[in-house]
Amino acid sequence: MTTELKKKKESTGPELTAASHPATKYLREERLPHIWCSGCGLGSAVTSLTNAYDELEIPIDDIGVVSGIGCAGRAAGYFETDSYHTTHGRAIPFATGLKLANPEMSVTVFSGDGDLFAIGGNHFIHAARRNLDMTVICVNNYNFGMTGGQFGPTTPQGATATTAPYGNYENPFNLPELAASAGAIYVARWTSVHARRIEAAMEDALAKEGFSFVEILSPCPTGYGRRNDLGEGLDELKSYQERAKIKHGSDPGKAEIKRDPESEIIVGKFVDKERPTFCEVADSYLD
Amino acid sequence: MSDKAIMTGKYFMNGDEACAEGAIAAGCRFFAGYPITPQSEIAERMSNRMPEVGGRFIQMEDELSSIAAVLGGSWGGARSMTATSGPGFSLMMENIGLGMMTETPCVIANIQRGSPSTGLPTAVGQGDMMQAKWGSHGDYGVIAYAPTSPQEMFDYTVKAFNKAEQYMMPVFVMADEKIGHMRERVEIDESKVEIYQRRKPEVGPDEFLPYEPDEDLVPRMASAGEGYRVHVTGLTHNQKGYPQLDVETQQEKVGRLVDKVEKNKDDIVEIEEIGVEDAEVLIVSYGMAFRTAMGAYKRARERGKKVGIIRLVTVWPFPEERIRELSQRVKGIVVPEINLGQLVNEVERASQGKAEVELVPHPGGGLHQPDQILDSLEDLL
Repeated sequence: MTTELKKKKESTGPELTAASHPATKYLREERLPHIWCSGCGLGSAVTSLTNAYDELEIPIDDIGVVSGIGCAGRAAGYFETDSYHTTHGRAIPFATGLKLANPEMSVTVFSGDGDLFAIGGNHFIHAARRNLDMTVICVNNYNFGMTGGQFGPTTPQGATATTAPYGNYENPFNLPELAASAGAIYVARWTSVHARRIEAAMEDALAKEGFSFVEILSPCPTGYGRRNDLGEGLDELKSYQERAKIKHGSDPGKAEIKRDPESEIIVGKFVDKERPTFCEVADSYLD
Repeated sequence: MSDKAIMTGKYFMNGDEACAEGAIAAGCRFFAGYPITPQSEIAERMSNRMPEVGGRFIQMEDELSSIAAVLGGSWGGARSMTATSGPGFSLMMENIGLGMMTETPCVIANIQRGSPSTGLPTAVGQGDMMQAKWGSHGDYGVIAYAPTSPQEMFDYTVKAFNKAEQYMMPVFVMADEKIGHMRERVEIDESKVEIYQRRKPEVGPDEFLPYEPDEDLVPRMASAGEGYRVHVTGLTHNQKGYPQLDVETQQEKVGRLVDKVEKNKDDIVEIEEIGVEDAEVLIVSYGMAFRTAMGAYKRARERGKKVGIIRLVTVWPFPEERIRELSQRVKGIVVPEINLGQLVNEVERASQGKAEVELVPHPGGGLHQPDQILDSLEDLL
């Protein structure tokens, strides 16, 4: 290394190695690199979550990460915490048992839109209704990525998918509206371009006692983007940057996502309220 | 009801209630279930008793979530249970597979009713016996008890918990509507309740391999929050618990799931033999059908017929060796079941053509008449 280069390197601060990376202590290093495609937002969502754990100083041994099946379902396997990669759609009920049997655990469900809202949709609304003390993070990529890009419950109407060759003729869920109406006490949506906002939202959500929900809109160049003329992952991020409008406290009912690449995507914090948790209410009836 | 976990005393109790009490006595502290006839008294009793003993009851939104919550509860460190009947048992199958693959101790009580489909919700059936063995996709060993009285509902639910802990797997209590709703004397005696303590890791987190088996092929379990940071997945996994998707790992893992039951059959299998010594014809039966079979047996003996009974206490694993042995020296075997022929195929397979095997079927909704069984016995004598 030339003296000049060495100087330049020194001037940018200490070298960032795997060992010194703040996320490392939360991750199973021997399982990296992860399986996700280039341009996908899952990796950065994982980093945001590790940062949030770190910021809140939650003891690692008290963290339980539960995932379902699919691309996002693989997330649990990268967390060096107690981590559970369960069956398709059943991450939330598994997490329900984990939390009720061991209330000291801080339980995070990290999964995808298909897992949480197609096959697992019923569990989501009931867990929100009960106000179980857990945080659900949904990385929404608008399609079933792992199985090859089929349409799902959040695919915008008119978008193309491998099982919607003529365009998706179903009406998608608007997740913040669904979460809010089912009873979640914290509901936020951000996109993969809002790394710091995601982290702050995760911190808020983890700190809440009750059912909190964070939706992260992610690029999916492999499964969704290329079939819908959205370009590379970076192009999708740029598009999010342009389309996202931060409107805290806005009506979640108006936060639907349209296929039109020019259309606005409302992001921000929709709900932040207090309500007694499942256990608090249950125990209050025992006296 | 009582703040005691084990309600020592004598009670007039139905089978469902006795099942719930057996679970609590065995240390169950988490119950997740969904209402279905004829198991509702188990859930009702649990909703009453769990708070009394410091446990947690939750009524889930369906059976898919009930079994998922039970698996989560078990990894959370609680002895966990659910109870259901045929339609709910069908819905649980996928996560029963997850429980088998991840070696998660828990108990599933199936109070069988007339089937298939909605069938006969309030009436007896034994139509889920093969489903208990083969219901979830893939290969795995199975342990299933078939109690024949409220007392046995208590005793064998305790045992089911112990075997679940000993072999790290979901264990079934395959009862039926009659046993569940029958009310009889149940004696609970704390001094007679034995609890198998879960095997915990013997090494620190750095060295611990959650799927490294002991000599008996059973691994040890580290629960959530114990600092072991275990990864649990339904994907084929290595001893560390990490996904490893190759033939060798599949063979090691799935082979062990089968072998840990098969190679420990001497410890697991329980049968009751009555009048077998001089028997020329045998009855093989289980659960409620066994009680009718006992009536037929008594009548046959009164008439001087040399008849014996093999009662399957554990239906799975099937006591193949003993049936084969007895087939060499009896003329025939009569198999009364409240289905149109399930365990009879196992009996036939085990007998290897050495004895004539005759099914006494019943479609469900009622019980055999002892004379139906008697007629079959006399045919074979």
